[in-house]
Amino acid sequence: MQLTGAEIVIRCLQEEKVEHVFGYPGGSVLFIYDELFKQDQVKHILVRHEQAAIHAADGYSRSSTKIGVALVTSGPGATNAVTGIATAYMDSIPMVVISGQVPTAYIGQDAFQEADTVGITRPCVKHNFLVKDVKDLATTIKKAFYLAKTGRPGPVLVDIPKDITVQKCEFHYPKSISMRSYNPVVKGHTGQIKKAVQLLLEAKRPVIYTGGGVILSDASDKLTKLTRMLGYPITQTLMGLGAYPATDRQFLGMLGMHGTYEANMAMQDCDVLLAIGARFDDRVIGNPDHFCQVARKIIHIDIDPSSISKRVRVDVPIVGNVPDVLDEIIKQIEAAEGKPVEKHLAAWWKQIEEWRKVDSLKYKMGSDIIMPQYVVEKLYEVTGGDAFVCSDVGQHQMWAAQYYKFDKPRRWINSGGLGTMGFGLPAAMGVRFVHPKATVACITGEGSIQMNIQELSTCKQFHLPVKILCLNNGYLGMVRQWQQMFHGNRYAESYVDALPDFVKLAEAYGHVGIRVTKPADVEPAIREAFVKHKNELVFLDFLTDKTANVFPMVAAGKGLSEMILAEEL
Amino acid sequence: MRHIISILIENESGALSRVSGLFSARGYNIESLTVAPTEDPSLSRMTIISIGSEEIIEQITKQLNKLIDVVKVVDLSEAAHIERELMLVKVRATGKDRDEMKRIADIFRGRIIDVTESTYVVELTGNTAKMSAFLDAIDRSLILETVRTGTCGIGRGDRILKV
Repeated sequence: MQLTGAEIVIRCLQEEKVEHVFGYPGGSVLFIYDELFKQDQVKHILVRHEQAAIHAADGYSRSSTKIGVALVTSGPGATNAVTGIATAYMDSIPMVVISGQVPTAYIGQDAFQEADTVGITRPCVKHNFLVKDVKDLATTIKKAFYLAKTGRPGPVLVDIPKDITVQKCEFHYPKSISMRSYNPVVKGHTGQIKKAVQLLLEAKRPVIYTGGGVILSDASDKLTKLTRMLGYPITQTLMGLGAYPATDRQFLGMLGMHGTYEANMAMQDCDVLLAIGARFDDRVIGNPDHFCQVARKIIHIDIDPSSISKRVRVDVPIVGNVPDVLDEIIKQIEAAEGKPVEKHLAAWWKQIEEWRKVDSLKYKMGSDIIMPQYVVEKLYEVTGGDAFVCSDVGQHQMWAAQYYKFDKPRRWINSGGLGTMGFGLPAAMGVRFVHPKATVACITGEGSIQMNIQELSTCKQFHLPVKILCLNNGYLGMVRQWQQMFHGNRYAESYVDALPDFVKLAEAYGHVGIRVTKPADVEPAIREAFVKHKNELVFLDFLTDKTANVFPMVAAGKGLSEMILAEEL
Repeated sequence: MRHIISILIENESGALSRVSGLFSARGYNIESLTVAPTEDPSLSRMTIISIGSEEIIEQITKQLNKLIDVVKVVDLSEAAHIERELMLVKVRATGKDRDEMKRIADIFRGRIIDVTESTYVVELTGNTAKMSAFLDAIDRSLILETVRTGTCGIGRGDRILKV
């Protein structure tokens, strides 16, 4: 049977078992919306800004194994989506974005709402397509889903001119796709794995360092098994939190710019480093020259060859899918005759416990002013560590990462690579759609929340009882912290004057708003929000210490072991 | 170090900008870039001359391989290979310069492919050094126009870049 392009789009989404599409209609996608209207298998979630559609689809992907899908119109619809797409790209989040385009004959004519979407998004997608023939439409969408989720995942955009959505052709959805130019590696090189196992078993001061790749490939169980088997210390990047239980003794906490003292010292001083699905980025290892001053053997497992030896020379590169490689490593360790030397390991753990005693996350708490760290700790207690925690970007993000102990993967949802303010609330919406009964919290600041605050309206429409915890210190806190430390206390444009009354604002959108000003009220307020107002969106506006800083801190360009601790300032 | 990187890429619209965009986005250097379809019209062959340390060239080849449309990448300069470039030079050819120009073109095994009363167009193929040597050998003030294709290259003997 002949179908129109618009019908084909919807049929493809149905074939892919897509349940939710986040989007915003417009001229170029009218026919697609018309087809959406005629069915109810694919539900459309109307956001209030296209950026939020992408972040919601992103949160949907990050918190599950499903692929988030977004639908936007041409021109401004697509350009509004760009920040969201770049956010997903930097964190390798699988996603399919369908954008409308002006009719084929109008392309290049500076038509109304025309933008070169494929050109604009090219550097921030895994791949993109402009559909020029309705006969290619189904295959292109199939390819988009295939590319988004395989190999190193990422967002894929399909740009569809309006005339293509009207034209007709036979619909056939391919069962599978093979592309001669795209064959991601799965199994790691056996010889390299053998070398890695040998290094691991001979290590005197080993550290396991893992990133978002472990979460993305659902390898947490295997990572946990391997780590427990070896008894080695493990640290995780901002993107990797939750892959190994944070409450376990072997976990050293997050490493990097705001990592714990013990994690950073162990990372710097180890003699064998097992890096898994992590990319040694500047916020993680600090200055690479300083990092490389210590001779250590590095084993690096990653699905993307270009992540290996990009910033740091690696001794044993293993390109492959993390769970497959971990399986093989576990198998070989079980079969190996040698075991880790107890004596060395005991000495190493003794050293690590010494570092741990520094207690680098301690903070001073008075009875008058709410410390932001305290709010996160109380959130952890009240939710039993079992919430999906979405965050925006800034100090609150770091405190959330430091003080909420994630024991499970895909519970910590934040924009690590791009650092996109305004990510938290729409991402929380996405999480809630894929986990309709889950407890979802959004930790934010008064700066970030205002970057996508219009989504309070979407939350109302779809009854999304997200709990927003705004750590309101009146400053763009992370900017202020850097200005205090590196720019002579000149707080250029980091003080936010004329803030809205967030309680009234929440109420204006039809939600519950609670202001908290005293430490003693923090826990009761959180309980009220999560228990009494379980089924409502609650905006908790915590007026927190205006001068609190995030510690420990590795200043930009400094080495990992050159941390500034709280009491040093 | 100068490297000559050969790429087989799907002959799709936008393929060239994916490659050139990669170089500009990551700050890699391009000395020259040539591209045209192969005997199989669904594939294009691209030759890029880039200068960079071993680490950078390794990253370039990895990043190129990561592009979805790229089928194969090879660094030709890793082994024996041939490089060729084509250059067309329009020169003033009057009076005594007319004979001199013909003689130098012959020495460089160039061909004169267009003749007017006052000008020649000389066609020259060879490697980059030969092109430069020719331009150095003639009187600069006589050069009216120069156009070069950029280098293309192929491995010697059994080294074959094919799907």
